Amino acid sequence: MTPGAADQVATGNPAINIGVFVLFAAITLYVVYRVSSGNKTTDDYYAAGSAFTGAQNGIALSGDFLSAASFLGIAGGIAVHGYDGFVYSVGWVVAWLVGLLLISEMLRNTGRFTMGDVVAYRMRQRPVRAAAANSTLVISFFYMLAQMAGAGGLVALLLNITDRAGQSIVIAVVGIIMIFYVLVGGMKGTTWVQIIKAVLLLLCVTLISVFMLGKFGFNFSAILERATEHNRLGERILSPGAQYGRNELDFVSLALALVLGICSLPHVLMRFYTVPNAKQARRSVVWAIWTMVVFYLCTLVVGYGATALVGSDVILRAPGGENSAAPLLAFRIGGAVLLGVVSAVAFATILAVVAGLTLAASASFAHDVYANIIKRGKAEPRREVRVARITAVTIGLLAIVGGILANGQNVAFLVALALALAASANLSTILYSLFWKRFNTAGTLASIYGGLGSCLLLIVLSPVMSGNRNAIFPDLDFAVFPLSNPGIVSIPFSFLCGFVATFLGGRGEDPGKQAEMEVRALTGIGTNLR
Amino acid sequence: MTRTTHAPQRSAPPDFAAIQDSPEFAVLRRRLRLFVFPMSLLFLCWYLTFVLLAAYAHEFMATKVFGLVTVGMLLGLAQFVSTVAITLGYNRYARRRLDPQVELVRELAGERP
Repeated sequence: MTPGAADQVATGNPAINIGVFVLFAAITLYVVYRVSSGNKTTDDYYAAGSAFTGAQNGIALSGDFLSAASFLGIAGGIAVHGYDGFVYSVGWVVAWLVGLLLISEMLRNTGRFTMGDVVAYRMRQRPVRAAAANSTLVISFFYMLAQMAGAGGLVALLLNITDRAGQSIVIAVVGIIMIFYVLVGGMKGTTWVQIIKAVLLLLCVTLISVFMLGKFGFNFSAILERATEHNRLGERILSPGAQYGRNELDFVSLALALVLGICSLPHVLMRFYTVPNAKQARRSVVWAIWTMVVFYLCTLVVGYGATALVGSDVILRAPGGENSAAPLLAFRIGGAVLLGVVSAVAFATILAVVAGLTLAASASFAHDVYANIIKRGKAEPRREVRVARITAVTIGLLAIVGGILANGQNVAFLVALALALAASANLSTILYSLFWKRFNTAGTLASIYGGLGSCLLLIVLSPVMSGNRNAIFPDLDFAVFPLSNPGIVSIPFSFLCGFVATFLGGRGEDPGKQAEMEVRALTGIGTNLR
Repeated sequence: MTRTTHAPQRSAPPDFAAIQDSPEFAVLRRRLRLFVFPMSLLFLCWYLTFVLLAAYAHEFMATKVFGLVTVGMLLGLAQFVSTVAITLGYNRYARRRLDPQVELVRELAGERP
């Protein structure tokens, strides 16, 4: 196949792609408009009145995770590099056990809207809230930038828009729709968008993988055989090392950040508040786990299937490179219409994930910073929601500008960085404050800032920033830290910081508050959540 | 201060210190920790074993078991299976051993059911 033909295959029919996407946007905008009955109280706006069921929230939770990076990226990773892509996907599933066993139920019982609610519960309010807001905003910003930068590449792939001006316009349109979701729909609207998207995405991958299996007589090994014939790496795609083989420790560090960071991302933590009680929070994680298991099993078939039917050379030559594996396979199987659906869903994914991030960031600013630090907990709810909306617009505009500027840059490391940040700054602090009686304000501040600071410092000193051709500053060399994933150092460091600072921090906090928090966390007494 | 979500149902707040000191609450806390701590440790070690093998033991992971399906692939699928098993196990444990105890503590504390 000539490169020209590959281009054409990759894009299918842009009119159909745009048509399906516009249809999706129209339906979701209508749903968002219908379900948002004013969103006047803080409960409605941040937590959808805590009225979602565990099943609904579970599907929305998995929707938060099926970002463009984890759908197109992992399918493409498996198609091109084989086994290493699969190892990466395993982390996205196992990570949910952290949420199930250690976080979801107790978070639901102790908090209201943000992570700050939990970590500041029995500590000195203002400094801890400020620290929690800092960590939420930094993590959300990096994660969002990665999503928006990916949007540019997708536009090129799916709509056949290759000039920068055109891509920028599409990024801006995506951003504006996203702001509308958050502004009008609040948590309720955003959750429904996630549910619709997640169901569509699951249907797509399940259909494609059942079709693939059927085509090869339900013999997975036969798909693998054909894949090895159509991949330049041959049988190497069946064993580890094709993608991460050069720096093993870096890969281990990435895996650690993945498994510990996913359930500590602020927009995921916030989802646990949309259900009425701890039992529903547990149910939502169980649902999310089922969905993720099915999804990533299918991705394995889709990834190897794409190599088998399309071939790795064609995939790499297509605009969008690795990311085009799943769309190309869809085109091969279902023609322009299925490609249109997969493309639109991939696009919708960016939209919905960025909306969730914007909501989490604006909630943290309005609830932690405005209501509890500036107004010292005496903010009027209507004003608080107004502040949250203004923040959401500001963050949305920043995301658009960031997305346009970062378009085409290699920002894949930002996803890994956001996960490492979440695992370092948030997880240690949440676990200590839920399970360790003696933990105090000094410890809280040390573990949040220790995790954030060490992560950011290490990434600046890493090969991502300088010292080689692919770095952001290729002409400079200050890469004294050999890994591009800081997790393996920064996660233990933040636990250590919290531990040491607690002992240096002098007297503990009010034992009455500790009793209140522990009893609430385990039983829900005093929350009136039932 | 974290404010409570809805209007309080009774005039006096629950006596959290007394609840925390009660033997029923101690049982609940022990049961929870007895499950989640060892289980978290277990799945983390199991996951790290898999990751370390994938990172350092390429030869072993590439061993073919049947057809072109390798040890590495089966170990990866085993991670999926163990995740589902732990999820089901915790769900069952929580329903049988934790939820009834939560109800008991809540009743003793005078919370409406």
